Amino acid sequence: MVEVAFFAGAIGAIGGAIAVVALRNPFYSVLALVVHLVFLAGIFLLLRAQFIAAAQIVVYAGAVMVIYVFVAAYVGGIEEPLFDSAPQLRVFGPVLAAALFIEISIAVLGSALIGLGGEGVADVPAGFGTPEAVGRLMLEDFLIAFEAASMLLLVAAVAAIVLAGRKKETGGAG
Amino acid sequence: MAIEWYLVLSALLFSIGLAGVLIRRNPVVILLCLELMLSGGGLALLSFSRLHGDGDGQVFVLMVLVVAAAEVVVGLGLVVAMFRRRIPLDVDEMKELQG
Repeated sequence: MVEVAFFAGAIGAIGGAIAVVALRNPFYSVLALVVHLVFLAGIFLLLRAQFIAAAQIVVYAGAVMVIYVFVAAYVGGIEEPLFDSAPQLRVFGPVLAAALFIEISIAVLGSALIGLGGEGVADVPAGFGTPEAVGRLMLEDFLIAFEAASMLLLVAAVAAIVLAGRKKETGGAG
Repeated sequence: MAIEWYLVLSALLFSIGLAGVLIRRNPVVILLCLELMLSGGGLALLSFSRLHGDGDGQVFVLMVLVVAAAEVVVGLGLVVAMFRRRIPLDVDEMKELQG
């Protein structure tokens, strides 16, 4: 049962990822990424990360993707020729990606890490991955990281307003 | 389901994202491919979190989520600024910094 769920999720996630890269219209790429993220959230559930899966759907597939949709609609669907990048990259990019995948796979499968072939520790702590456990970790052990993240979001919001805000037209380069 | 499978899947997603970043020229799509790479990394973190039965990796994924959101906001702000100034949305055309 777990295998079926995993492979269904994996096929969906990989298909979505390939569609993001291969579709020519950026608007469709955004929608493909939403599909990818939803399937990936299913895989997160298999790893007992309920809260992360929910946050992924709500924050990523919900909020962040809306920004993408708005921007893709704002700049318009520019249909670019798919493989019209610089000729050396057209060959080099996929080759490098394939080489990296093979290398990481060899590193993972050939490593002597204990338990990699198993399903992880059998006795996970009670409430592992629930909002309560994650929240406890975040507000007790990782409080400084949490506060730094809030500062980062604030700075990013200000930066977006400064970058994309409409300047006075007479202000030269503005 | 062995943890290895999740790690191989995360490597595959990361590689697909990398190929996209290298091949595509539209900055919006490049940002989308960066998201793919980040989600590959997040999947690896969650796999190891499950492997050790330790929740720290999950908090790390949440931090990755926050950083990704900040990166998207700034990146898309740049795209909008490019569009407003009639700069073609093509990263190959932006080479004034290469000296």
